[in-house]
Amino acid sequence: MTHHESEHEAVAAAPIGPGRIALWVIAAGLAALFITLRLNLSAGIDVTRWLVLIPLMPAVACLINGVFVNKLPKPLVTALAVGSVGVSFFISVILFIHLKITGEPIQQVMYSWMAAGDFSVNVSFTLDGLSGLMALVVTGVGWLIHIYSIGYMAHDESYSRYFTYLNLFTFSMLVLVLGDSLPLMFVGWEGVGLCSYLLIGFWFTDNEKATAGKKAFIVNRIGDMGFVIAMLLLFWIVGALDYTTLAAQAKTVSPMWATVICLLLFFGATGKSAQIPLYVWLPDAMAGPTPVSALIHAATMVTAGVYMIARLSFLFVLAPSAMMTVAIVGALTALFAATIGLFQYDIKKVLAYSTVSQLGFMFLGVGVGAFAAGIFHLMTHAFFKACLFLGSGSVIHGMHGEQDIRKMGGLDKLMPITSKTFFVACLAIAGIPPLAAFFSKDEILYKTFAVHYGAPSWLGAALWLTGALAAACTSFYMFRLYYLTFSGESRAPEEIKKKGIHESPYTMTIPLIVLAFLAIVGGWVGMPHIFHALPNYFEHNLEETLSVANNAVGVVHGSAMLEWGLMLISTAIALGGWIVARALYKDARSDVPARMKEKFAGIHKVIFNKYYVDEGYFYAFIRPTLNLGLFLWGFVDTYLVDGVLVKVSAWLVRSAGMGLRLVQTGNVQTYLLAFLVGAAALLAYLWQGTSL
Amino acid sequence: MSWLTTITLNHFLVLAVLLFTLGMIGVMLRKNGLIVFMCIELMLNAVNLAFITFAAMHGNEVGHTMVFFVMTVAAAEAAVGLAVFVALFRNKVTVYVDEAADLKL
Repeated sequence: MTHHESEHEAVAAAPIGPGRIALWVIAAGLAALFITLRLNLSAGIDVTRWLVLIPLMPAVACLINGVFVNKLPKPLVTALAVGSVGVSFFISVILFIHLKITGEPIQQVMYSWMAAGDFSVNVSFTLDGLSGLMALVVTGVGWLIHIYSIGYMAHDESYSRYFTYLNLFTFSMLVLVLGDSLPLMFVGWEGVGLCSYLLIGFWFTDNEKATAGKKAFIVNRIGDMGFVIAMLLLFWIVGALDYTTLAAQAKTVSPMWATVICLLLFFGATGKSAQIPLYVWLPDAMAGPTPVSALIHAATMVTAGVYMIARLSFLFVLAPSAMMTVAIVGALTALFAATIGLFQYDIKKVLAYSTVSQLGFMFLGVGVGAFAAGIFHLMTHAFFKACLFLGSGSVIHGMHGEQDIRKMGGLDKLMPITSKTFFVACLAIAGIPPLAAFFSKDEILYKTFAVHYGAPSWLGAALWLTGALAAACTSFYMFRLYYLTFSGESRAPEEIKKKGIHESPYTMTIPLIVLAFLAIVGGWVGMPHIFHALPNYFEHNLEETLSVANNAVGVVHGSAMLEWGLMLISTAIALGGWIVARALYKDARSDVPARMKEKFAGIHKVIFNKYYVDEGYFYAFIRPTLNLGLFLWGFVDTYLVDGVLVKVSAWLVRSAGMGLRLVQTGNVQTYLLAFLVGAAALLAYLWQGTSL
Repeated sequence: MSWLTTITLNHFLVLAVLLFTLGMIGVMLRKNGLIVFMCIELMLNAVNLAFITFAAMHGNEVGHTMVFFVMTVAAAEAAVGLAVFVALFRNKVTVYVDEAADLKL
C-alpha cells in the first residue's frame, strides 16, 4: 500500500474530514465578516486601522513558522499559515466593502522610513480601487492555494519550511500592492523575487531545480536594474517617490525623460512578468511545487509588472512611444509564447507558456491605454490559471509525479472533479462566452483595435491581428492539453497504474471547485458597454485610480457594430481552436497530428525547442560572461591581483616596516632629539616673516 | 660695549637660554639618570628665570604665579622621579638609563 492510499483511508476514518473543516472555516469567516460590518456601522469601530494587518498577518505566521521550523506540530503550522492568510482575506473583504460604501481610499501611515532634507518616504499603505482589488486577488486566490497546499505537500518532509516561504511571499506581495510609494513597491518586488527563488529551488537537492531557481533570480535582477534606475531618475527629476506626489507633479517630467523612465520601468516589468526578452525564466520556474506555480508564477507575482504600469499609468500616458513599445512587446510575447505552447508535452510547461502568453495580453491591454481591461484580465487570469495549475497539480499528484501528457489520457473517469474543473478553466481561458476570459480578453482586443493610444491605426489593427492569432493558439493548445490528459484510454505506464491513479483529497478539490466557479462568473463584473443594461462594476471600481490616464487616453467612440463584430470574431476563433483540437486529439484517435509533425518536421523542431532562445542566450550572453569570468580568474586574479597587487603591496609594507623599525630605538633621549628638532622646525616656521 | 657695563633684562633672558640649552644637552647626552634629572631641573629653572624676567618687563605678577606653579610641580616630579630611580637601583643595581632596556625588542 502506498502512502497515498493510507492517507485516503485516514481521511475516510477521521470523524471530520478536511473538506468539512474548510466549509466551517468559510462559514465562520462569513459570520465574522457580517458581525464586523454591523459593528463598523453601529458601534463606530474604525476598521480602516486594520489595513496594516493585511500584510502583517502572513508576516507574523512566517516569523513563527520560520523561527520554529520543523519544531511545531504539523496542525499548528497549518493553522498559522493558512489561517493568517484567511484572516488577511477577510480583512481585505471588509476594507474593500468599506471603500465601496464610503468611496474614500483608505490610507494608513505607519512610520517615517527615511527622511533627508525635503525628501521623505513613509512606510504607509493605501487601499484604493486598484490596490484593494489586487489585495483581494492575492489573499483570496492565495488562501485557496494555501488550503490546496495542505493536501499537496502533506507528505513533504519540509512542510513547515514550505509554508514559511509561502507566507513570506504573501507578505511581500501585499507590501508590493498596498505600499503607497515606489521604494515600498520595490521592497515587495524584491521580496517576491526572493520567495520565487526559494520556492522554485524548494527541492534544492535536485540540481536542475536549484539551477532553475538561480536562473529566475538572475534574470529578475537584470530587469530590476531598470526599475531601480527609473526610480532614481524619478527621484532626481521630481524629488519624491510616493504616488500622490508623483501623480501631482508628473506633468513636470519632460516627454523625453518620461519615455526613458517608462521604458526602464517596463524593462523591470519584462523581468518580473516574463515578457520578451526576459521571459526565459518562467518556463523553467515550473521546477517548484505546483501550488507555487499557481500562486507565484501564474496568479500573483508575475502580474506585478502589469499592476506597476497601471499604478503609474499617469506617468505612462505622458510617454506614448513607451506605451506603444509595451503594447508591441505584449502582443509579440502573447503570440510567441502561444506558438511554443502548441507543441509542449509537459503539462506544466504548456501552462507556463500559456501564462507568458496571457501576460502578453495584459501588457497589450495596458500598452494601448486600456488599463482597466489589462487589470481585468489580470484578475480573471488569476482565477482560471490558478484553477488550471492546481488542476495540473492534482493530476501530477494522482499520477504519482508524472508530468508527460503522452503518458496520461483517460483521467476523466479516474479524477472526475479535477477533470470537470479543468475543462471549465479551459473554456474560460479560451474565451468561450460567457466565461471569464471572454469578457476580459475581448475587452483588450477591442480596445487594441479601437483605442491604440500612442500608436497609428494600422499598428492597432496589426496588434489586434497578433492578439487574435495568439487567442486562436491559446484555444487550440488548451483543448489539446485537456483532451490529451483526460480523454480516451489511459496511456499510463504499468508501474503508475499499479500504484493506483486516484482523485485528490478534499483540501485539493475544494479550491479547484471554488476557482472553477470564479472562472465562470469572474468576468460578469465587467460587462462590455454594448450590453447597455448590464453595469461594468470593474471599470467603475478603477475609475478614480486611473482617472488621469483615462482622461489622457480619452473616451473611445467605437461603433457598436465594430464591437459586436470583433466579439463575434473572438468567439469564432475560440470555438474554432476548440473544434480543431477536439478533432485532432479527442481520445487520441486521429493520426493527423503525427502526420503533420512529419510533414513539417523542420518547423516543429524549431518551435518544439522553443525557437532555440535559451541556446541563443547561452551563446550570446552566458558563454561570453563565462569566458570573461575565466579570464578574470585565470589572468587578472592570479597574476594581476595576486601577483602584482597583493605581493608587491605586502613587500612594500614589509620593507617600510623593516626600515621604520630602526627609528624606534626605545631610547628616550633619541626621541627627545626628534622632539627638539621638531620644535625648532615649528618655531622657525612660525617665525618666518615675523620681524624680531 | 654697553652690554658689558649695564645689565639689562635681555641679559637675564640670554642667561635663561644658556641654562636651558645646557640642561637640554645634558638630558640628551648623559646616561646617568641622576644627572639627567638634575639637567631637567636646570631646564625648569631656566624657564622660571625667563618667566620672572618677562614679569618684570610687563610690570605685573603673572610670571611669579607661573614660577610658583613650576616649583610645586617640579618638587612633586622630583619626588616621583627619585622614587623611580630608587626602585630601578633596587632591581638592576644601576642608575644608567640605557641599561634599563628590558622592554626593548
